[in-house]
Amino acid sequence: MHPSHFTAVLLFALFASTVFGITMRDTPQKMFRYGAYCFALFVGSVFVVSWLMFFIAR
Amino acid sequence: MSTTPNRPVAGKKADKGFVYLPLIAGWLVPGAGHFLLGKWVRGTLLAISILAMFVLGLAMQGKLYTSTQDIMDLLGVLGDLGSGLLYLVSRGLGLGTQPIQTTVADYGTKFIVVASLLNIIAAVDAHNLRTGRKQS
Repeated sequence: MHPSHFTAVLLFALFASTVFGITMRDTPQKMFRYGAYCFALFVGSVFVVSWLMFFIAR
Repeated sequence: MSTTPNRPVAGKKADKGFVYLPLIAGWLVPGAGHFLLGKWVRGTLLAISILAMFVLGLAMQGKLYTSTQDIMDLLGVLGDLGSGLLYLVSRGLGLGTQPIQTTVADYGTKFIVVASLLNIIAAVDAHNLRTGRKQS
């Protein structure tokens, strides 16, 4: 199996966020919100770091 | 130190039995600690997430750490051991033994280690639910 790097990031973020959401909050609504927050941070940080590396490499 | 008092999950019924059982079960089998406490949906989501991450790591030709010769490999073994029976069974089946030759295989190795560390977090969460440190 050879997913693209971005697909690997999305899978990693999805599963890690799910576990973080369930274990770090008490109620289902808070779990969902915290999981979505973690997912957004994971993926958002990938975009930021990717652009940083793009400009550093130029 | 935690200031939250330890309270049982469901009254006297939760007082019975070995208090560390959810912790140990959750470590050995992902989600099992939550299943023991009747948290079926959470247990299922945790089991799916951790299992999927571990299996995807192996499918990406990630490596299972086996050597304890240098400190980094030893830390890798300790990390992988977090997945409990998954690690032992995978080693028994001879999976994850190929040397890392691609970037994706390196990602796979990280998937395996992180899945194991997430399993430890899930097992500790089950323990906290059992002791009442986490309310629900």
